[in-house]
Amino acid sequence: MIDPDLLEPLDLLELRGVSRDFGSFKAVDAVSLAVRAGTRHAVIGPNGAGKSTLFSLISGTLPATAGSLLLDGRDVTRLPVNRRVGLGIATTFQHSSLFMRETALENVLLAVVRRAGSGLGIGRPLRSRRTALARAHALLDQVGLPSRHDTPAAELSHGERRQLEVAVALATEPRLLLLDEPAAGMSPVETARLTEVVAALPGEVTVLLIEHDLDMVFELANVVTVMHLGRHLTTGSPAEVRASPEVQAAYLGTMEVTR
Amino acid sequence: MSPNSGTDIGTAARAGSAARRVPAVMVLAGLALAPFVLGSYAVGTLSRILVLALLAMSVNLLTGLTGLATLGQSAYFGVGAYTAAIVARKLTDVGVVQLLAAAAVSALVATATGWLAVRARGVVFLMLTLAIGEIVYSAAVNWKSLTNGTDGMSGIPPVVPLPGMPALELDGLVYFYVLAVFLVLFAMVAHLAGTPFALALRGIRDNEDRMRAIGYPTRRYALTVYGGAGALAGAAGALWVSVQRFVSPGDAGFEIAALALLAAVIGGSGRIWGACAGAALVWLTRDYLGNLEVVDGHGKLLLGALFVTAVYTLPRGLTGIRVPRGLRSVAWPSRKRTA
Repeated sequence: MIDPDLLEPLDLLELRGVSRDFGSFKAVDAVSLAVRAGTRHAVIGPNGAGKSTLFSLISGTLPATAGSLLLDGRDVTRLPVNRRVGLGIATTFQHSSLFMRETALENVLLAVVRRAGSGLGIGRPLRSRRTALARAHALLDQVGLPSRHDTPAAELSHGERRQLEVAVALATEPRLLLLDEPAAGMSPVETARLTEVVAALPGEVTVLLIEHDLDMVFELANVVTVMHLGRHLTTGSPAEVRASPEVQAAYLGTMEVTR
Repeated sequence: MSPNSGTDIGTAARAGSAARRVPAVMVLAGLALAPFVLGSYAVGTLSRILVLALLAMSVNLLTGLTGLATLGQSAYFGVGAYTAAIVARKLTDVGVVQLLAAAAVSALVATATGWLAVRARGVVFLMLTLAIGEIVYSAAVNWKSLTNGTDGMSGIPPVVPLPGMPALELDGLVYFYVLAVFLVLFAMVAHLAGTPFALALRGIRDNEDRMRAIGYPTRRYALTVYGGAGALAGAAGALWVSVQRFVSPGDAGFEIAALALLAAVIGGSGRIWGACAGAALVWLTRDYLGNLEVVDGHGKLLLGALFVTAVYTLPRGLTGIRVPRGLRSVAWPSRKRTA
């Protein structure tokens, strides 16, 4: 018997007709989409296209009003956020969402410790949990914050907070990393640094990102999905998407594409 | 900042904790010597302060650590006190048994009532805990077959700390029993403050949505700390009975809840000793200043003034006075760097 995986590359995430209504407004309208394992998949579209709502449906912070979501073929439509994290979906938020009074290290440790054990963590004190500490330190170095481990998140710059966001998300050891406008409000230097960090992620981590900075999108992504008014317009390689007249009419026509 | 700042801060914090041990040792010595210096009434007051400090620590676990302001800890204090009183009268005069029974029953009641309360946050949570407090108070007044109603329960035998030990009749000896239990419970809470569990509670306080987003079942954490804080309040209630040898509905009433919250808020959320210092300040203000002829029974007015002043002048509480920014309550070990 032939392994079906050999015939068809595996879809890590599959959306089947997923919708989200707010009253009579369809923020996400019957979107079907497959995200293949290992890809760098970008979702673009003008403001109000439903990108962020789509992310909330995938991460589980909003329930879908119709359709279903499958992770590795398993239906996760009704699972709460924390269960989806356990299955490997991690999110960074559009507006930095960190533990402001805690240090960068503590922010990452929270996610590391959660990943390491399912208990409540009442037994051993943190300072004797060497493995967790070492992993948290390594993650902060990996995202480019080697000198900020003991700085409270509130005292980090905007760009550093986005880097810390990525470290916290990576600490949950995700298979699917959702990046919601990672470069929003960043300086070009900060954006370049973050792009490097994301580009350097190992292949086991599938990345799905929403981004307005098209330079970043076309540098990172190998698959691009375009949304417009809540609907899935098209999906293809960056070159295909840029060439599509449909896309240009809906989206790119309103923006300068320099590359 | 240098790449080794982690090491620097870790070392500084450790040196700091060594320096901080001096006042801690002095306070301990003072507490141990107090009965030899103070009169019987003052020793009794000190015992009550230690009990209120435990209750304030219980409030602080919820209000300071988890960010859930509560007015309901008097309920579990009261449940613990009545449990200990009933055990003392009907079962045994052994203090440890009373303590464990009180903590267990309080934890049970806290978990059952908390199951509802932890679904709410902010003012709604505060109101729910206030309601729980009022329900327990009403039960203490009306469930006469169990509590003897407003007459209260007297005839509680002097406490025997452990089986085989003599019954403690003198206030000074009861004080040492209270102090010993206080130190054990303080050490337990201090241990808890350094665990991942406490860090998770701080995470819930600061950003509960984010905690869920990194995989924490936050309500289970809130319920666990609610049950644990209930057990601590219950143990404090049992000690209260050993000190007073009497319990009445007032011990489960709103004033106790308000004093405990006041002590926790005045103490500040940063450190455990803050709640204890807050408890001492609140109780002494209420007790001593209230008895002064100048203020003529207006102790509560003074207490209110103290509360307003404290909140305005010390937004981070007593512990916020001298704590420099960046010095954390838990000192991490210096990180290992191969470079």
